[in-house]
Parts: sequence; C-alpha cells; structure tokens
Amino acid sequence: MSDALLPTVSLHRIAHARSGDKGNRLNIALICYRPEFFDIVAEQVTPERVAALFASRHVGRVQRYELPRLWAFNFVLDRALDGGVNASLGLDGHGKSLSFKLLTLPVRLPASLLQSLITDQP
Amino acid sequence: MPINTVHIGAGAGFAGDRPGAALAVAEALAVAAQQGTPAFLIFEMLAERTLALAQLERRRDPDAGYSANLAALVQPVLKLCLQHNIRIIGNFGAAHPQAAARRLRAMAQELGFKDAKIAVVSGDDLSARLTPADLAARETDGALLKDRKDIVAANAYLGAQPIAEALAAGAQIVVTGRVADPSLVLGPLAHAFGWDWSDWDRLAAGTLVGHLLECGPQVSGGYFADPGCKDAPDLDRLGYPIAEVRPDGSAVITKPEGSGGVVDLRTVKEQILYEIHDPAAYLTPDVVLDLTGVELAQQGPDRVAVSGARGHARPDTLKATVCFESGWFAEAEISYAGPNATARARLAIDIIRKRMAVLQPGLSLRADIIGVVSSFGDSAGSDLAAAVTESEDVRVRFATRHAEAEVAKLLLAEVEALYVAGPAGGAGVRRHLVPQLASASCLIERDLAAPRMELLP
Repeated sequence: MSDALLPTVSLHRIAHARSGDKGNRLNIALICYRPEFFDIVAEQVTPERVAALFASRHVGRVQRYELPRLWAFNFVLDRALDGGVNASLGLDGHGKSLSFKLLTLPVRLPASLLQSLITDQP
Repeated sequence: MPINTVHIGAGAGFAGDRPGAALAVAEALAVAAQQGTPAFLIFEMLAERTLALAQLERRRDPDAGYSANLAALVQPVLKLCLQHNIRIIGNFGAAHPQAAARRLRAMAQELGFKDAKIAVVSGDDLSARLTPADLAARETDGALLKDRKDIVAANAYLGAQPIAEALAAGAQIVVTGRVADPSLVLGPLAHAFGWDWSDWDRLAAGTLVGHLLECGPQVSGGYFADPGCKDAPDLDRLGYPIAEVRPDGSAVITKPEGSGGVVDLRTVKEQILYEIHDPAAYLTPDVVLDLTGVELAQQGPDRVAVSGARGHARPDTLKATVCFESGWFAEAEISYAGPNATARARLAIDIIRKRMAVLQPGLSLRADIIGVVSSFGDSAGSDLAAAVTESEDVRVRFATRHAEAEVAKLLLAEVEALYVAGPAGGAGVRRHLVPQLASASCLIERDLAAPRMELLP
C-alpha cells in the first residue's frame, strides 16, 4: 500500500505537547506517547510542515530538535508570538494554547499501529 | 557525616500562585527534616514584568516593592519551616528584598521566633550602574531600547553562588530579587553537597532539578490534564513537587503523599522541555546545561528518577531584563447568541473597524470571535476571515494599544455603543484599560552586576 493510502489520525492521538515562550519565540515540546511513534513523527512532522501550519502568524525560522531518549521533539518557532506577550494584541500572548494547534496536524499511520491505537485508547 | 540526600520542594511557581499549596510540601519536608535530611522550600514568584510592577510600587511607597503575595504564600508554612529547620529560598524580594526581609522578620517574631536568621541577596539592580544608553548598547534582539528614557527596571539574572553563601552563613530564609529561576534550587544543593563552582556536570544536574521545580505544579500534573487522553486525578488538591536529590545531582521527582495530580514520565518530559530553545545548551548564570542525555525512569507511583544532565562552562555574560513603560492597552468584549449569532458578530467587527478608521486612522486594532477563532488566530484577522465555524454563542473581543490613554479609550466607547448602534442582540459589554509595561533583553558583562549577600542585622 502506498503512503498516500494509509489512514490518517491527528497528532493528538499519538503525542502530547506543551508550549513555552521567550519573548517573541515560541517553543513546543512534542512528546510521543510510545517509542514506536517517534520515527513516524520524525518523518512526517517536519519543520516545513510546522511552519506551514503557523503560516498566518508569519513565523520566521522553525527549528526542530530531536530527543529520542524522551521520545520527544522540541520545535522552536521564531517570531511566532506577534511580538511577544508585551506587544501582542491577542488573547494568548504567551502562545500557551498553540501546542494544541500543533496537535491538530494529521499524520499517516501504518495499519498495525492504528490497530494498537484503537485497542488501547478511548 | 556526608549528606546522602537533600529534599527540596517548590511552594510557588509564579507570583499569583495558590496560598496554602505549599503546606503539604512543607509537611512532607518536615518529616524528612526530622530524620536528619536537609530540607529546603523554594518560592519562584518573579515573571519578566513582575519586577517592574514592583518597582513602580516602590516608587509610590518606599516600604513596598516586594511581592504582594509574600505574606499570603509564606505565612501558612513559616512556623513549620522555622520549627523544623526547613530553609526557605524565594525571589519574593522583587524590587525591594530588604523590605521583604524586614517583613519576614516581623512575621517570624509574631510567631515567637525572635532570632530567625534572614539573608538578603542583592546586586541584580542595574539602574544605578548602567544608563539607558549603556543598556541599549547591550540589547540582544532588536532595538526596543534605542533612545528610550522611560525605563522602569533593569535587572541582571544573578546565579546560585550568593544564595549558597547565605545558607553557609546560617540563613533560615534567603530573600532575593532577580536570580535565574533554577538558581533558587542550585544554591541550596551546591551548599548542602559542597559542589565546586566549576563542577559543571553537578551544577548542570542541580540546574535541571531547579528547572523542573521552578514552575511549581507544572511537573506534578498542572498544565497537563487532557481528559481521556492524559488524565491527572484530584487536581482540586494538586500536590506541588518535591525533589529528593543525591550528591551526584541525580534526583527523584515526587509530590506529597495523598495529594492530587501525577508525577510520571509524561509530566516530567513536558516540563523538561518547557521554555527551552536548544536542548543541548540551556544557558543560566551558573552553567550551560545539556539535556540531550537525560534519562528518566518511573520508580513507583508519582516517583520519577532523573539523571544524565551534562554541563559546560558558564557563559561569560549575564542576561538582564529591562522593562519600560509602553502606553495603554484597551480591551472590550460583547456577546451575540442564538440564530445567526456569528454573522451578527462579524457585522459588529466590520462596524467597529470602519468607525475606528475614521476616528483614529492607522490605529492597530485586533478583533476576535471567541467561539469561532481567537486563541489560535493571527492579529491581522486572516484566520478569522477564513474560518467557517458557526456558533450560536459567541463573544466578540476587540483590543488596541496606544501611547495616549484617551486614544485607547475611543475603542472602549465605540464597543459600548454597539448596544444601541450595532447589530441586534448585542449583550454583556465588558471593558478595561490598563497601563502597559514592555521588556527587552540585554547581555551584560559579569562585572557590571554586583551580587552580594548580607544577613539582616
């Protein structure tokens, strides 16, 4: 089966995330629930895709750091916060909710992993 | 006898944290202290702009300028801590650590502790040593400080050494102003274990423990729950964290028995990466921390072992935060509900944009529809324009910022006027106007800060 035919789930099903801010820079820690999801995320949740997801914010550079021992990635998005909490006119100047925006991203899962999701999650 | 474990707990993770939350932590620390384990309780209460707000308070009242929540947060645990030699370290000194120390002494005396030893760590305040032009020349990201005269506060992030010196001098309470948050924890650990200030791996390990504790319950089930996906039980009585630290800096993160929340691999991983940029180089005044080799292991319910931090020589410069006045922020909201509510909300935005364009051309104005897109949306409104979500219970929110309060107030008046001069069914207008502080970051030479410790006479 080609990749395009694999079923998709939202990242929220296979990973959790937490946002933090430093000035106008946002970081989102993305952590896989299980180690077998790490390679899927590494392949599909690229800095380019993350930059595209946040395109309306005119983000600058998006960097991705890999932490395989933690089954985790750290995404760092420059200029993502509308000037930062001091300057933003938005409700969420810190970007605290934006971890959940990242978790809306669809990812394709092999059938074997999809089956395990269905059996062990509500 | 060499010390083989130190227990250190967090009583607060931000200025507005929960009074009384520290009590269960202090009670658990008291049990350890009674068995001879050195015990410490930290309070982290100083966000970027909190210190500038405190400086403004001090201008109004020379005896003010420390954390407004000092008494509310420390009073519930003070007696227990002084009785059991649980030593308290907090940055609740804010813009006036001496005044905070005097207040704490009065609180201790009221409890019958006449001779409590209280130390003040100061020297973070740069305002007397660096001119606005000096600061502007050292700004790291942008030119916000160029030609600026209205600086409210300029403070360097001090490290753990003066805190360790205060503890070595016998302080039962250490009051600081601006210090790096993890240094509140590294100071007691370096003091208790006698770590050398160039033992980078141990300093890194202690800094990692500090990083995990500095936001209070964010490592023990706060800022975490996502029902059905990752749950944390009994959050109404969320337990604040305790680290049990070994002489090599490895630690077990836990929380008081019987408290709510959870400490597991997921909560610790989320907090390890919180506000981190490059995980191989987290800079503090004490050390450069490399997190990439960190190992975690669940040792039992609500117990996670943390090891494997590595360190490199501390940076040559110190970070400083400079806060300045930044005009007025105005925000106003109005609700629409029932059939066609989203269309009426969009019409209200259109009306306000056109009216404000006439009243104050060029004013930056943001509008959101809460219930359609607000938190995720961009300030230019393109996400809102593209959104197809329809809700029958929405709130329209407008925000602007301007140097003149009178200009910002124009928006508030126009939003209120939507009651009679806007779409049908507009309801529940709320408005507020607040002065704004903004901040910039600088890197300064170490010798421009003058860290010092003194015991209150």
